[in-house]
Amino acid sequence: MAVMEYIDAIRLAMKEEMEKDDTVFVMGEDVGVKGGVFTTTKGFIEQFGEMRVIDTPLAESAIAGVAIGAAMYGMKPIAEMQYSDFMLPATNQIINEAAKIRYRSNNDWSCPVVVRAPIGGGIFGGLYHSQSPESIFFGTPGLKIIAPYSAYDAKGLLKAAIRDPDPVIFFENKKCYKLIKEDVPLDDYVVPIGKANVLREGTDITVIGYSLPLHFVMQAAEELDAEGISSHVLDLRTLQPLDREAIIEAARKTGKVLIVHEDNKTGGVGAEVSAIISEECLFELDAPIMRLCGPDVPAMPISPPMEKFFMLSKDKVKEAMRELALY
Amino acid sequence: MNVNVKGTVKSTTKHEQLGLSHEQVKEMYRYMVLARKFDERCLLLQRAGKINFHVSGIGQETAQVAAAFALNKEKDYFLPYYRDYGFVMSVGMTPRELMLSAFAKAEDPNSGGRQMPGHFSSKRLRIVTGSSPVTTQAPHAVGFALAAKMQKKDSVSFVTFGEGSSNQGDFHEGSNFAGVLKLPVIFMVENNQYAISIPVHRQVSGKVVDRALGYGFPGVRVDGNDALEVYRVVKEARERAVRGEGPTLIEAMMYRLSPHSTSDNDLAYRTKEEVEENWKKDGLPKFKQYLMDCGLWSEAEDEALVAEVTQQIKEAIEYADKAPYPKPEDTLLHVYAESAKED
Repeated sequence: MAVMEYIDAIRLAMKEEMEKDDTVFVMGEDVGVKGGVFTTTKGFIEQFGEMRVIDTPLAESAIAGVAIGAAMYGMKPIAEMQYSDFMLPATNQIINEAAKIRYRSNNDWSCPVVVRAPIGGGIFGGLYHSQSPESIFFGTPGLKIIAPYSAYDAKGLLKAAIRDPDPVIFFENKKCYKLIKEDVPLDDYVVPIGKANVLREGTDITVIGYSLPLHFVMQAAEELDAEGISSHVLDLRTLQPLDREAIIEAARKTGKVLIVHEDNKTGGVGAEVSAIISEECLFELDAPIMRLCGPDVPAMPISPPMEKFFMLSKDKVKEAMRELALY
Repeated sequence: MNVNVKGTVKSTTKHEQLGLSHEQVKEMYRYMVLARKFDERCLLLQRAGKINFHVSGIGQETAQVAAAFALNKEKDYFLPYYRDYGFVMSVGMTPRELMLSAFAKAEDPNSGGRQMPGHFSSKRLRIVTGSSPVTTQAPHAVGFALAAKMQKKDSVSFVTFGEGSSNQGDFHEGSNFAGVLKLPVIFMVENNQYAISIPVHRQVSGKVVDRALGYGFPGVRVDGNDALEVYRVVKEARERAVRGEGPTLIEAMMYRLSPHSTSDNDLAYRTKEEVEENWKKDGLPKFKQYLMDCGLWSEAEDEALVAEVTQQIKEAIEYADKAPYPKPEDTLLHVYAESAKED
């Protein structure tokens, strides 16, 4: 065990997998000599050489497309998108190619690629360094989508993603990089893809979410506990495939559900989580399902008061949680 | 040419100079005829309502077959586009397998009846699965080349597409990537003068081949109706790639003699006279004439060959027609690896 930041856990996961398997390699903009704009690949080029830590030309569709080709060959590429906002030129490669390769070849070819992309705002990144594009890829069968909140999960899920035989999008939260710091095992472990995780047991309300907002939820839950409100918190961890059983179980636990994410509300992951609950346990609910999400605006503005307005916070989730508890 | 002791000139044939045996050139011709006859039958089958759709490669077989013969079927990776019947047959796909695809039957090795015909795929034959959005396979070819270089294998990836498709970002991004990393890729544009209805001058104002200059590797334009020239340039490109000298862009000039697809009426945008004029340049009879001029082929042998491939295609149709469809519920299979379910 060692105390480390979320970003260190991501780096360690890749390092361990690259040491273990020489078909694993990383490619992207500035991942080599610079070690990544956020330092996720710091020290890699010295350890693994420039053929396994590839500084690519600035062209996202090629980063994804070349990685997909290498994956079909039998390699285990990790393609890094510098910001998820810049990932959209690669969307056709990810949705029309990677996601459909096994299916369209009737299980003859496969595409074990990992696409890593930082999501989320709160860093004064403005419209194009703050986005949460989960819903663009969500609902594309053939893809797996991961969005860890904790450093422990970041390491274990990234290792699972690299070993997975199918394409996985790994949405790491850039605000979590330095904010989340915790004990992470230094030995080899994986966190299974497709399994949600109960972060906190409670009896009054259920909060379901993923990525950074859970940090606010956990703080708010602690404070609400002092007010006598007991919160049950479920971290989805994997957005696709969703852990239906865990969602239903968490909803049944309290009968009051709040879904939280930074991606905007309309068409977001929360809409599907809400639909699952409606399909499976509507009559066990004691309150309408509530969602607290980013506003339905194109993206996050840079001006501090506007960014603050867009972002979720401990106070915002606490208010929503209290409102639900009192319903 | 060799000068023998008696002082008379004894010429060797062009194909021998290129390292092709008499048997190999006859084999090349056989695949050209097979692809042509297969294509013609698919057009008829669609008109008869037996199959839903066909995209023809008529007029392009010469270059396709010649390119395939210049590559290594045991080592290289192939990323063809939807008109490449001549190519995929030359690297081992049979008329029966292709007919199973045309009829969308379960046994189709390309996709198990999932994809439109012309979406070639076979891991066994090193043919990489492709999609319909054009030129998305170009970065994949670069990825195969990157992997081969990382694994220190002397394999080359070969990717084809049309001149219209060469405007896609994926062509440019893939070419640039391959140029910067000096990867063993051969990009071959089958410039058939039309992207559905749009003639080449409305697709590119310069030449496709000149784009190679911007990516820092050689571009070679070749007469796609000249089988031996195509063979020569693809072979040279492969040798360059294996030597570690990086990619080559080949622009093979040809003409799409058929409409774009069975859903297209090409006379809405080009004239009968233009099409007829281009039938005269067809590489297939030219290659037959070459073989006859070399004394390797006769009309009798030609008739026997046509009869043989016609029979082969007939048997393929009978087999594919009778073959079972996929089970409806098999629609749900192969979204993810089977083992993933057990996690």
